[in-house]
Amino acid sequence: MKARAILLLLLAMAASGCGIQPWVKPYERDRLADPIMSWERNPVSAAYTHHVLEAREAARGATGSSGGGCGCN
Amino acid sequence: MQPTNRARSMLAALAATVLMLPVPAPAAPASAPAPDFSLPARAGGDVSLASLRGQVVLVNFWATWCGPCRKEMPLLEQIYQRYKGLGFTLLAVNVEEDSGGADQWLRDTPVSFPVLFDRDNRVSKLYQVTAMPSTVIIDRKGQVRFIHYGYTPGTENEYQDQVRSLIREKS
Amino acid sequence: MDQILRLEPVRARTALGVILLLASLGLRAGVLPEDRADILYHYYDGGGVQIDGPSILVRKSVGQDLSFSANYYVDTVSSASIDVVTQASPYSEERKETTFGVDYLRGDTTMSAAWTRSDESDYQATTWNLGLSQEVFGGLTTVSMGYGRGADDVGKRDSTFNQPADHWRYRLGLSQILTRNLLASLDYEAVADEGYLNNPYRRVRYADGGSATGYSYQDEVYPRTRDSNAVALRARYFLPYRAAVYAGYRYYDDSWGIGASTFDVGYTHPWRRWTFDVGYRYYTQDAADFYSDLFPYADAQNFLARDKELSTFSSQALRFAVGYEVPIRFTDMLDKGSVNLVYDHFMYSYDDFRDIRGSGATPGSEPLYSFSAGVLQLFFSLWF
Repeated sequence: MKARAILLLLLAMAASGCGIQPWVKPYERDRLADPIMSWERNPVSAAYTHHVLEAREAARGATGSSGGGCGCN
Repeated sequence: MQPTNRARSMLAALAATVLMLPVPAPAAPASAPAPDFSLPARAGGDVSLASLRGQVVLVNFWATWCGPCRKEMPLLEQIYQRYKGLGFTLLAVNVEEDSGGADQWLRDTPVSFPVLFDRDNRVSKLYQVTAMPSTVIIDRKGQVRFIHYGYTPGTENEYQDQVRSLIREKS
Repeated sequence: MDQILRLEPVRARTALGVILLLASLGLRAGVLPEDRADILYHYYDGGGVQIDGPSILVRKSVGQDLSFSANYYVDTVSSASIDVVTQASPYSEERKETTFGVDYLRGDTTMSAAWTRSDESDYQATTWNLGLSQEVFGGLTTVSMGYGRGADDVGKRDSTFNQPADHWRYRLGLSQILTRNLLASLDYEAVADEGYLNNPYRRVRYADGGSATGYSYQDEVYPRTRDSNAVALRARYFLPYRAAVYAGYRYYDDSWGIGASTFDVGYTHPWRRWTFDVGYRYYTQDAADFYSDLFPYADAQNFLARDKELSTFSSQALRFAVGYEVPIRFTDMLDKGSVNLVYDHFMYSYDDFRDIRGSGATPGSEPLYSFSAGVLQLFFSLWF
């Protein structure tokens, strides 16, 4: 109940618009689009590495990430 | 706080944070005069938008590092070939600081429409390019009539419909 | 003892509401992951154990908003680890894992679902994963959420023993473009486990004057629940020349009293068609509250564990990787291919787990265990 009220309130605030503009323009994302800047360049290898680690350590979680890249479309 | 409520509140707080983030400013509204510019062309010399007044112009902002941009180029070539004799032209503005990459890519995937180099991103800023690729379609009177952000398969059909409708308009 | 965060599955209604709300904010469209096929051979050698096998991953997009993926993975175990040698307990010979996944792109939102099935002769596990990823703020920020649900059947060879173990995972992630050259991310994951969480073969030891070795064994006893939290901060930076560095830190704690920290750094250097990676990882953890290498007598505690994975230890790892990429021109159907070799060298050092494979030492003063492991990955990739 309370969570939904907060959601609606903040939605109203967002609809009114805020001031900060994205400071990295889409045409400036060449380096971020480079494969060497991706969090996981080879998913098949990353999945195996995560498995090897999780099988031998007690800690688990917070290993993945998405985002960055060319930001196209 | 009960654990279930805590998890729910966490998700709600996250959603709220997402909603708080500002929406990027819209580009120049349709039916506004297209800002004039002059850029060096890959084929040599400079090309200015004002010199093309009287034709329908499609300006496409692209880069070699942008997947959808690369996919779009051969389709733009098809549109160019189909309508170029009817008072239509197409300008592909490459936004990369170093145009060597674009030069190499165009040798592998040649196009026949003019490719211009906006190396200092002056024109990208002028047209408030907020997505890669961006396409602006300008009518014979030099007014911006249609703007497209991004490219998904099928958008080229929209370009064709819009270009055709602008060609039919009297000058 | 850390505060216990007992999570129950979030009500579907609220979660669905949030998902639909986020989806409706889509202004433009994002991009789906690339179509590619990878075939990998993995080989692990360490602590007396050799494990190898293939992993095949295929991803193909259908239409403009769907991407399907499938993975087939096998572990074949040969030789015997310290657990097997000291307790003569059986071990699995082969584990097969299959995953099917789908990603759906709608506006700026990517929704994903995956199903995984893992099978070995004495352990079956089925896991569902749901994910949501949203680009906001001009694409500079990516917000992601994930939910995972696993149901396991724990069995025992040559026995009718069968117990369930259930798992829930909640993930929140934020990835932020800070500058033209700098990416950062913050990830949080909470895991809740319930059911039979230990290994039916493994036992703990306690001091026993009546035994020839000075100690005797009894079955391990674990709590039936476990809740954990992990938070990780990572950054990737594009150097003034074409290369990248990264650094990451993860903090972990759970309701079993285990605290762990992970640090890793790495450097990626492309040169012509080659890509080189080097990396270093340091991991350290504290033992579980109910862990001991040698209990003073039988039934010394309600919960008893002697699993070295729950002990106090640290590990260091060095990575060297090299890849070579080839553009494919003879056909339009294929874009490029690559071959990669990855080698990780691990060094584990235990502070309260002892190597009891020798003889003569007084129980409790055997040398502390340590071992090294080499992990090799060789894989071929094709983009289409």
